[in-house]
Amino acid sequence: MSEKIATREAYGLALAEFGAQYENIIVLDADLSKSTKTEEFKKKFPDRFINMGISESDMMATAAGIATTGKIVFASTFAIFAAGRAFEQVRNSIAYPKLNVKIGATHAGITVGEDGGSHQAVEDIALMRAVPNMVVISPADAVESRAAVKAAIEYDGPVYLRFGRLAVPVIYDKDNYVFELGKGVETAPGNDIAIIATGMMVGNALEARQKLSREGINARVIDIHTIKPIDKDIIVKAAEETGAILTVEEHVVNGGLGGAVAEVLSEYRPTIMKRMGLYDQFGQSGKPDDLLKLYKLTPDDIADEAKALLQHKP
Amino acid sequence: MQQNKIEFLEEKAKQVRADIICSLASANSGHTGGSLSATDILVALYFEVMNVRPDQPKWPDRDRLVLSKGHAAPALYAVLAHKGYFSRDHLWTLRQVGSILQGHPDMKRTPGVDMSTGSLGQGISAANGMALAGKIDKKDYRVYALLGDGELEEGEVWEAAMTAAHYKLDNLTAFVDHNHLQIDGFVTDVKSPEPVDEKFKAFGWNVLYINGHDMNEILEAVEQAKATKGKPTVIIAETVKGKGVSFMECQAGWHGIAPNAQQKEQALKELGAEINV
Ligand SMILES: Cc1ncc(C[n+]2csc(CCOP(=O)(O)OP(=O)(O)O)c2C)c(N)n1
Ligand SMILES: [Mg+2]
Repeated sequence: MSEKIATREAYGLALAEFGAQYENIIVLDADLSKSTKTEEFKKKFPDRFINMGISESDMMATAAGIATTGKIVFASTFAIFAAGRAFEQVRNSIAYPKLNVKIGATHAGITVGEDGGSHQAVEDIALMRAVPNMVVISPADAVESRAAVKAAIEYDGPVYLRFGRLAVPVIYDKDNYVFELGKGVETAPGNDIAIIATGMMVGNALEARQKLSREGINARVIDIHTIKPIDKDIIVKAAEETGAILTVEEHVVNGGLGGAVAEVLSEYRPTIMKRMGLYDQFGQSGKPDDLLKLYKLTPDDIADEAKALLQHKP
Repeated sequence: MQQNKIEFLEEKAKQVRADIICSLASANSGHTGGSLSATDILVALYFEVMNVRPDQPKWPDRDRLVLSKGHAAPALYAVLAHKGYFSRDHLWTLRQVGSILQGHPDMKRTPGVDMSTGSLGQGISAANGMALAGKIDKKDYRVYALLGDGELEEGEVWEAAMTAAHYKLDNLTAFVDHNHLQIDGFVTDVKSPEPVDEKFKAFGWNVLYINGHDMNEILEAVEQAKATKGKPTVIIAETVKGKGVSFMECQAGWHGIAPNAQQKEQALKELGAEINV
């Protein structure tokens, strides 16, 4: 767990890597290629990179038009603009005709840091999850990000990929990691409680698990990288085997991972649960680590919530 | 221009207008005025200009049309039916559950529809995307887009105008159906995009101005657009909303309603079309 890489970095590198094999990949960006890291692709394949300028709505519908010709199009900008500004272009020009556009949305969540609340998308999962035909992926680390990009390339249809700005620990082994679209990953075993996380919160959940184990609590950690379609089986199984579910995400608890897990449990296996994330709040400026403390999303906070939830376990 | 070619197109336009009226009447809802104003442009494009294969609607090298003003779908559908993409019988299923003809163009359901549209402002961006892909692949297909004049109030149109000029999309030709009306009245009263020609010029486009109901002028303008290199062309087509039916012409009220049975009969009589359903 020593090496740290931002998932946006892994995204850019993956585009550049797979760009060689998949010659029909076209990448669009809206004046943010240095931040979204699509510049990695641009450096290698300048003829297949299009800078759309600061025009996110235009970018999404242009991406749709390119995709009608049979290309795989990646369109990148910050999550706030991809899912927010261009929501309706994504909905009507990309998702409605089910075109092969991959939205590479970086700088999601509060760990954007100093830029503040205006730039921290905390509702993008909920927005994108509501759109028919849209697949929503939120990878936990660099290894999973690379694999997610490959899976998105191989899947025919719209995909929303959520990446972070902050360098985060690499938790998976590059050589053995297998990504299956729509399948969660049991990242660590345990039967007292299941911590279901997405994005960089998977790393924090693993750290929380170590703290809990020192107190004799065995927490299972599940990484839900594909938020839609969600892996119902892994969630129901965790509920059956642990009897307590804690969800953690860098997103509002309404409509995101917590909402999705609650939907599954209430329909298939009602279980006591707690959703961690933002509670009807925007983010704000600050160092990412300070913000994680402020919004109670550190490994310590997760361990505390897990213990509190266990008090209510029947 | 050969006279018989023009007469053929004019006759087609007459039949298409009659089918628009009949399909809207059978749907009992839909956009009449903007379908009639756009008819001649669409007929000229599909029956003279565009290189397409109705029996192979997804042929990769085809010319493409994006109906950015997607609410004029009844005009596009009638043209596609006449061109042979699907049977005319479908026109009478417009807007009904299960129909291949949705209220606004749906590329997944209707053979010949190159892009799903209906949300104003997005189609021109999508057309740019097709033109950009053509440049990247060094293909010589051409892309046409048809916009409303009220649609020009959408900010995305001007983002797209910048994109097309910046990337020198001379394989793209946009038409503006300049019928001067939108839902709430005259475009210049609601929020004027004028001067449209100077705006496009300032954005780096080649600008042509024509009578959008004159087949000769439409075809000549398209030829000029094809001959213009290094920049996209916009053809501002002066049109009459509701063209061809006296009581619909220049009436904002006919934007989004369909004719009833009696109005349909009257309209068909005025159009001098034999068709009846
Ligand atoms: C983004 C968006 N906003 C609003 C509408 C509703 N709408 C449909 S047609 C129309 C007026 C269009 O006027 P214009 O572009 O001049 O079309 P035309 O006169 O050719 O019918 C409006 C506002 C829409 N389809 N899309
Ligand atoms: Mg108009």
